[in-house]
Amino acid sequence: MIQHVTNPVLEVHDLTVSYQRKPVLWDVDLTLPQQALVGIIGPNGAGKSTLIKAIMGLLPLNSGFVELFGKPLEEVRKRVSYVPQRESVDWDFPASALDVAMMGTYGQLGLFRRPGSREKKLAMEALEKVGMQDFANRQISQLSGGQQQRVFLSRALAQDADLYLMDEPFAGVDIATETAIIELLRLMRDNGKTVVVVHHDLQSAQDYFDWIILLNMRLVASGPTEETLTPPLLEKTYGGRLTELSRVSELLQKKQFPIRETKPTRK
Amino acid sequence: MNTLWDFLSMSDANVRFVTIGSVLLAASSAVVGCFTVLRKRALVGDAVAHAVLPGVCLAFILTGEKNPLILLLGSFLTGWLSLIIIDLVTANSRIKEDTAIGLVLSVFFGIGILLLTSIQHSNNENQSGLDKFLFGSAAALVGQDLITFGAVAVLLLLSVLLLYKEFKLISFDLAYARTIGLPVRGLELLLTTLTVLAVVVGIQSVGVVLMSAMLITPAAAARFWTDRLGAMVVIAAAMSAFCGAAGAYVSFTAPAMPTGPWIVMLLSLLAIFSFILAPKKGLLARYLMQRRLRRQMTRENILKTLFHLGEAKGEYEHSYSKQQILERRRQPLLRMKNGLKVLRRQGLVQESHDGWALTSPGKKEAQRIVRLHRLWELYLTEYLQVASDHVHEDAESIEHVLTPELEKRLEELLDYPTSDPHHTTIPQQS
Repeated sequence: MIQHVTNPVLEVHDLTVSYQRKPVLWDVDLTLPQQALVGIIGPNGAGKSTLIKAIMGLLPLNSGFVELFGKPLEEVRKRVSYVPQRESVDWDFPASALDVAMMGTYGQLGLFRRPGSREKKLAMEALEKVGMQDFANRQISQLSGGQQQRVFLSRALAQDADLYLMDEPFAGVDIATETAIIELLRLMRDNGKTVVVVHHDLQSAQDYFDWIILLNMRLVASGPTEETLTPPLLEKTYGGRLTELSRVSELLQKKQFPIRETKPTRK
Repeated sequence: MNTLWDFLSMSDANVRFVTIGSVLLAASSAVVGCFTVLRKRALVGDAVAHAVLPGVCLAFILTGEKNPLILLLGSFLTGWLSLIIIDLVTANSRIKEDTAIGLVLSVFFGIGILLLTSIQHSNNENQSGLDKFLFGSAAALVGQDLITFGAVAVLLLLSVLLLYKEFKLISFDLAYARTIGLPVRGLELLLTTLTVLAVVVGIQSVGVVLMSAMLITPAAAARFWTDRLGAMVVIAAAMSAFCGAAGAYVSFTAPAMPTGPWIVMLLSLLAIFSFILAPKKGLLARYLMQRRLRRQMTRENILKTLFHLGEAKGEYEHSYSKQQILERRRQPLLRMKNGLKVLRRQGLVQESHDGWALTSPGKKEAQRIVRLHRLWELYLTEYLQVASDHVHEDAESIEHVLTPELEKRLEELLDYPTSDPHHTTIPQQS
């Protein structure tokens, strides 16, 4: 069940991505509608984070291309915002919550220019949206996991984008924070934004998202929640790997074969 | 005192050169070093420092003279090459980064020593002083050299000043920096180049062997004093500049003393000093906090014991001797004596002929602790299904940590209980 939309916010076309010559995502082809709360669901090692990293241009592609708002990423960077996994940075870095939120404004500022009072105001507003204004001057290592996650969110909010890609924003977060975050994401969607979230809890997925991407090394389904979160599709996603696919992946890596004979061409 | 005045007045041109040179070199390498440390590339700095030696020697062999610009260029090239090789080896082989750094460091340094030795036996009269690169000699910082190195140091400081926000972001979160369109590869390259430059100019005064200390030590020391990057950079630079000047002063008063090693020695002393004395993060502050907590626990335990003794009698402000308190609860006598003294000063206990007794505020405080203890026991049995004969040990320590908010929360959760799992009364707040 792969449903395509016209005028997509995001188009992923025939995308294959590998880590150290081992393909982890095969031929993913999907489109996402505007103004939606999208969940990427799948078991561990299914390539969920890989998909959004590839979309953000953080990983080399073996084949295919990604288009956002009908354009390549380079042209629309300012309209796209990425929230990395919380564990991807060292929180002992000498910075305050406000410093991190302020980093969301760096893209707009451009090289050399220093953030001023306007940027500070934007960052404070972003912190307020996630309820972290009282912790603005707190050193980031003194924040709890949920608070750090919210600081990361505020950095993305300060960027004021139209499409948000978030890698596990609910990981290691208490239930109160999770509810607060999902409320915020709903609000953003209602204001016309598209929010894509890597998520691993099937139970909450049902009421959080209105569009679901089911992933397990390949795309199993992409479509409205009620049509994708069905027992047969979930069985296909979680019912073990496709052994042949894994075997071929390992073979490619072991024998150092190229994954595609030609490099991907840019459209 | 006179020598200090002579030094500070800088009337001697040589002193002026050496001091200004040392201060500039030390401060600029400290600034760049902050980013090296935060990007967890401290060891790379060491590798570069060693890899600079073959460049210096090659430049000398090819030109036959000691032109500072040429030597700088040569050392810059090999320093750079070493970094590229480390990256290539890490990316394209099974060798991990730490091993690659070790390999590159020793191979480059080996070649450097080899070249240096052959130069020393070549009878080229220009070669004297080339071995200064090994251990450094700030006293050689004169005239033309100083202008070259000073210019490089100013360039370093300016780059960091201009690209401060970019460097901050790529040190904290590289992936995010890429997604917002920063030219990350270029910035990383620049930061690496700045590190190499800092090393190249620094080896003049401290030599290849000690150079990494100039990069890493100030950053590590400064981190103890602040939680902000801006302040960290400034503190690191200030510490380094001070040590640079102090090093120059030492070799001014005692000409036999080398400047570079003194700078490094002083920096290390400052780092050890920070490690021990920094507020909150320092060893001493952490020890004092532990001790304060231990003492507070002792006092709370004494109050609790007096309360327990009174509970059996139903008469709370009765006096007990130290012996009686110790019978009820074993604890080091000296620690208890000190605890009692403080409690008396706080007005929580009073001393009479018969011994020690709770005052009425003391009783209130004791009640609070016993209450927390019993609330926690109840919580453990009801919510964690811990057997009631296992909960006491746990509650013994938790009672000291619970905050009033948590106390309220526990009460609500347990529906305002009146007795604990051992069927003893939970004293109510009065």
